[in-house]
Amino acid sequence: MESRFRVLFLIVATISLSGCAATKNLFGFGDEEAPPPSAEAPGQVIDPEVDRREIKEPAIDREDWEFGAFAGIMSIEDFGTDLSYGLSLAYHVTEGFFVEATAGYSRAGYTSFEVLSGGAELISDDERDLYYYNLSVGYNIMPGEVFIGEGRAYNSSLYVIAGLGSTTFAGDDRFTVVLGAGYRFLLNDAVALHLDFRDHLFDIDIIGEEKTAHNLEATLGVTVFF
Amino acid sequence: MSEPSTTTIPSTLQQTKAAIAYCLCAVVLQIFLTAPLQAADEYRSVTIAEPYLEMRTGPGKGYPVFHVVDRGEAVDIVKRRTDWFLVRSDKGKEGWVELGEMQLTLQADGQQFDIREPGIEDFTNAKWETGLLAGDFGGANIISLYGGYSLNPNVSIELWGSQILGNFANAWMASVNIVHEAFPEWRVSPYFALGAGAIHTMPKSTIVQGEDRTDQIGHVGVGLRIYATRRFLLRAEYNSYVVFTSRDENEEVEEWKVGFAFFF
Repeated sequence: MESRFRVLFLIVATISLSGCAATKNLFGFGDEEAPPPSAEAPGQVIDPEVDRREIKEPAIDREDWEFGAFAGIMSIEDFGTDLSYGLSLAYHVTEGFFVEATAGYSRAGYTSFEVLSGGAELISDDERDLYYYNLSVGYNIMPGEVFIGEGRAYNSSLYVIAGLGSTTFAGDDRFTVVLGAGYRFLLNDAVALHLDFRDHLFDIDIIGEEKTAHNLEATLGVTVFF
Repeated sequence: MSEPSTTTIPSTLQQTKAAIAYCLCAVVLQIFLTAPLQAADEYRSVTIAEPYLEMRTGPGKGYPVFHVVDRGEAVDIVKRRTDWFLVRSDKGKEGWVELGEMQLTLQADGQQFDIREPGIEDFTNAKWETGLLAGDFGGANIISLYGGYSLNPNVSIELWGSQILGNFANAWMASVNIVHEAFPEWRVSPYFALGAGAIHTMPKSTIVQGEDRTDQIGHVGVGLRIYATRRFLLRAEYNSYVVFTSRDENEEVEEWKVGFAFFF
């Protein structure tokens, strides 16, 4: 008797439990729990509350300027050759062109007339100081590499340069045209050595008639890019 | 009378030059002292999207390609010189890459490397401008340096300093100009200028009756600003000066000059 009740109870329980799942569609409850159509984008289900990540990019260091110092010799026409030195500041506009401001100093010696005459000075001692500044445009004509030994290569370039400026010499400021060529040897990406040859042309009338003097200058310099 | 003037000219010039040299040194020291702070910053990184990126030994087309970095690899941008970028690969190789190739790489946010280059819009709208002109001032040579500030695209104020080197006299001149451009968006932009200032004339030591003098000047002029490339422009102008002398008649001087300038 007991086992018969137990079997009946089990059958009723089984039918009622399974019926919840199996028969529910028959009574019209099925649609509510149907899975969402796959056509809907998952983005609508999860609404992102994060904005697009703003990336602050570090600034790029620009090194178009080149500053340097130089020293060498300057031959002042009729007045001998002496030490010259100065400073230069260049701005590289493109890989080819650059503009440069240069200021320098040299000192004139004595003309052969002054030496032979024994004391007759054409210009005073102060007037023998030669100061110049000029503003030039340069162009790198031969960029390339220099090989020292087997394992070392250095960048270099040959450039031509032309400019205008003023030279203070023998008591006057003289309009000066500068023509020259130079060689830039880069020790690394920031430091360079320069070998420069320049001709400073200005008019001078100290020795009688007015003439255009060629004053050749050869210098060695060091520059830093910044 | 002529004796004192000839002896004072070199000494005042030397003082001026010493002052200029001092200012230059101060500026340079300032730049060198602040440079290490910038170098401590982290580098900007880009990823190569094209098949490869060519590295050259130097910042120019004449330098040889010595290394290529493959697609998908990243490089750090160490510095830039003119249109060339010094980049460092993951493997530590450093080389120079042209702007055109860099523009095809991708930034950290996946966008193309965005580097804004100055163009013709900046030629019209840039606030500051500085340049150098040379030419002829009434038969003498003139070298001029100027700095300008734009109040709006049409009107700017300029400060000019000039050295005049002639056969009979040298001079320094300073003036303030107001410049008006009717069509600032044109590639070749004409302008009209009006200015006032002073000129300090120093007759040459070989001229007997010479004495330094300072006179006021006024001038009107016309000119052209011509956009060249990047932040670079060419400039040519003609000016008609009136020098207000202490003598009975004012001097009139014609001047023309050409040169180049940068805007920033």
